[in-house]
Amino acid sequence: MIAATVGAILLASVTLYAVLGGADFGGGLWDLLAGTTRRGRAPRALIDESITPVWEANHVWLVFILVIFWTAFPHAFAAVMTVAALPLWLAVGGIVLRGAGFAFRKEMSRLGLQRAAGAAFAFSSLLTPFFMGTVIGAIATGQVPADAAHASVRAWTSPTSLLTGFLFVAACAYLAAVYLVGEAARRADQGLRTYFTRRAQAAAIIAGALSLATLAELHSSNPVLYDRLTGRALGLVVLAGVCGLAVLTLLTTGRRTGVRVIAALGIAAVVWGWGVAQYPVLLPRTTLTLSNAGAPHTTLVALVVLFVAVVVLIGPSFILLFSLQGRRLLHAGEAAPLPDIHTQPRAAPPQPPTRHPLANRLAVLGLVVAAVARRRRR
Amino acid sequence: MTIVHGVTLLAASHASEVVPARAQMATTLGFHIILACLGIAFPTIVLIAEFIGLRRSNAVAMTLARRWSQVMGVLVAVGAVTGTVLSFELGLLWPGLMRRFGAVLGLPFGIEGLFFFLEAIFTAIYLYGWRRLPGWAHFWSGVPIAVSGIFGAMSVVAVNSWMNQPGGFTERDGRIVSVNPWQVYFNHAAAYEMPHMILAAYMVTGFLVAGVYATGILRGRRDPYHYTGFAIGFVPAAVLTPFQIVVGDTAARAIAHDQPVKFAAMEYVPRTSSNVPEWLGGVYVDGHVYGGLRIPYMDSLLVGFRPSTRVTGWDIVPAAERPPVVWLIHLCFDAMVALGFLLLLTGLWAAYTWWRRRRLPAQRLFWLLGAVSGLAAIVAMECGWVVTEVGRQPWVVYRLQTTAAAATTNGGVLTSLSLIIVLYAVLGVATILILRSLASHWRRSDAEQPAVPYGPAPAPRDAGGIDIEV
Ligand code: HDD
Ligand code: HEM
Ligand code: HEM
Repeated sequence: MIAATVGAILLASVTLYAVLGGADFGGGLWDLLAGTTRRGRAPRALIDESITPVWEANHVWLVFILVIFWTAFPHAFAAVMTVAALPLWLAVGGIVLRGAGFAFRKEMSRLGLQRAAGAAFAFSSLLTPFFMGTVIGAIATGQVPADAAHASVRAWTSPTSLLTGFLFVAACAYLAAVYLVGEAARRADQGLRTYFTRRAQAAAIIAGALSLATLAELHSSNPVLYDRLTGRALGLVVLAGVCGLAVLTLLTTGRRTGVRVIAALGIAAVVWGWGVAQYPVLLPRTTLTLSNAGAPHTTLVALVVLFVAVVVLIGPSFILLFSLQGRRLLHAGEAAPLPDIHTQPRAAPPQPPTRHPLANRLAVLGLVVAAVARRRRR
Repeated sequence: MTIVHGVTLLAASHASEVVPARAQMATTLGFHIILACLGIAFPTIVLIAEFIGLRRSNAVAMTLARRWSQVMGVLVAVGAVTGTVLSFELGLLWPGLMRRFGAVLGLPFGIEGLFFFLEAIFTAIYLYGWRRLPGWAHFWSGVPIAVSGIFGAMSVVAVNSWMNQPGGFTERDGRIVSVNPWQVYFNHAAAYEMPHMILAAYMVTGFLVAGVYATGILRGRRDPYHYTGFAIGFVPAAVLTPFQIVVGDTAARAIAHDQPVKFAAMEYVPRTSSNVPEWLGGVYVDGHVYGGLRIPYMDSLLVGFRPSTRVTGWDIVPAAERPPVVWLIHLCFDAMVALGFLLLLTGLWAAYTWWRRRRLPAQRLFWLLGAVSGLAAIVAMECGWVVTEVGRQPWVVYRLQTTAAAATTNGGVLTSLSLIIVLYAVLGVATILILRSLASHWRRSDAEQPAVPYGPAPAPRDAGGIDIEV
């Protein structure tokens, strides 16, 4: 029971990383495909502006996933890290280049260097999800033995694994494009809205096709998983498909409300479909399950307590961050000195229509704190 | 087959991977720790500047806070990616460690994860909220960063100190059967390692900031901007230095008791005895110390306040269980202590002049010391880590698991090591170049508008003649 709870926590973290961090990788992908410096300026600027304040916080989910994995299921963790060492090393390299490239690009003054940093960011946004996908593919197809002593190339280069890699890339691109449609709409930028709508549609179709291909491939590479995906996890698989189709339709009809949530829900359905299908096995074709992968009961209990603390503390903080960003109160590249605005009265920032009651309440709380602090000064 | 024999065999079976794996861990940790220090303490320094700016309507401090924020943006990104590399490396390089002890040492890492979230979220709000968040609201959005930096550092150091003094768990037949998270987190070594590391982070950051502006002052940029920047970094770092020395001294005495072999290596104590001398410097080879200053009885005095104190030597364990290269451990320890006292003297000099004359010392030597103080603190910190980590060898978890048993059984670590060195060299150079180009950009923009926002140029006086208004 407690092991299943921790498994669910791990899966929830994977889901959050996929729908938040995945979109940041996808942004890098669209940056890569945005064309020449001049032609790609507008989409690149939008991508930059929407990723900058949030990517580091989103990235922490990956760290959190690793920590839960090695704490709750150390035997499985060690096996995966040994067998899939090569793609994981490549993903690590991609993570370094992505983060550093992105952060450096903004601060570089010369165009040539800026382009180099930008290229590092964009290319590694492609490679990192791909290699992560191949690792998941290796796990799902039962290519990771429990007591492996050596890395295996075959494990992550099976057709299923490679397809999973491409699927990850396509899913990132899809999420990013859908989110960017919303960002463009919020800025009332019709041109960019059309630009990303087209791309979101294309990515949706490609991701859908890749999902079906991966599923078909699983039929031969891991029949047990396939049967369960079409058995007890069928509801989630169908939900994923329905969400994809719904997003396509909504995008085509130009509707905005709910598109992003539905797209994220679709991705979440895929993640949970995999989890439900595999439950309670951690590494298919081994005896490692959620409850016998090396952690004692007390460790699992401690992890659940920790997760509750994360939800209580981090949940509101994330909502605050996203709501501030949603209201466009966070601006990249504006840490640079300006004439001192703190000593002058300022016009109130433009308030977009309110939509998230809780988020708004938090933002208001922040402003109240500010007002109180100001009054105390007088 | 004796245990030692087995250990040796194990070590020999994939010894070729252990050495590059250790080198890679040392390289990546040695790099990350500098950014970690800045991640822990720089937010506080920036907040001090912003506080002064808001409280006293000090435009200079405000400008510094804004510019430092931009620096923070670059550093946080590099800190985050290099930290992620470490997380992967724990599995990729040390699967044996994680397999056996992941369920124990993972818990402090999990708590660290919690604080990473807080840190990352509020860093984003703070860095990108400068224009739109009103003054004090913006200031308060930075406070969680500073607080979570401290707790995050405590949590990682909990893991390291647990490796030095493992406890809080029960192992049966090679499986962990129960864990006491509290005892894992607050293990024996945590009491001194945590404060020592957090103080080190503040010293490294404060002195680095001070060093940047001291260099500017040495180059003749003697304006309130540079003096304010210097003071906001220097004062906290210098104030904390004596505390750091006290904590370090406590640590050394605790180690003499808890990890006697490490202590013997630090102090060149081959045989357990009383009246043990202290060696300052010197290289130990085959029972001889070449060079170095020998102070009779001093080591016994430092450990137990009496010459008759018995100090445990490394002869209590067989040769296979002693750390390699004792001279490295000893020289690193001496370098850390020497640099600690150098930094203490620098701070005392400033304090004395301030007490007598209400200004900073005018001597060029003081500013030279100030300029290199940041580097000195970094070297001291890195040396301290070498003492801790190399001194624990051949154990990765003290007396429970050898580094060889923890290491990956995969080949190719030499390749990943080489690539990582190239990657980190590029990363390090790029970071420094970017920070320099930011600085020169600011200098240019200051040159264009000399009067704003720094007020009238100071009257030309000697270096120490300008009072800093803090
Ligand atoms: C600014 C940096 C700095 C300075 C000035 C000092 N230290 Fe230090 N020292 C560190 C930074 C550091 C550290 C952060 O690098 C270490 C590594 C592990 C730790 O907890 O702190 C460390 C470790 C460390 C250890 C080994 C701890 C272990 O193995 O568990 C000892 C015995 C000392 N220190 C003692 C001292 C003494 C007697 C100092 C007196 C001047 C001193 N340190 C100054
Ligand atoms: C709290 C965080 C840290 C943890 C959990 C940690 C963990 C480890 C591990 C698992 C190893 C490999 C096994 C071994 O050689 O014992 C290692 C080695 C090493 N680490 Fe640390 N470490 C930490 C901090 C640091 C820092 C900040 C440095 C800075 C330089 C450092 C320097 C080294 C060195 C030099 C080695 C190689 C020692 C040798 O093999 O001779 N460590 N560390
Ligand atoms: C084995 C050792 C270590 C591991 C696995 C590790 C892991 C990480 C990770 C994953 C991050 C990035 C978090 C993010 O995405 O924002 C990070 C950043 C950070 N780490 Fe480490 N770390 C280690 C050693 C240390 C040590 C020894 C310290 C200090 C005592 C430290 C302090 C920090 C801080 C303060 C940050 C935030 C960086 C910033 O904001 O600039 N870490 N670390």
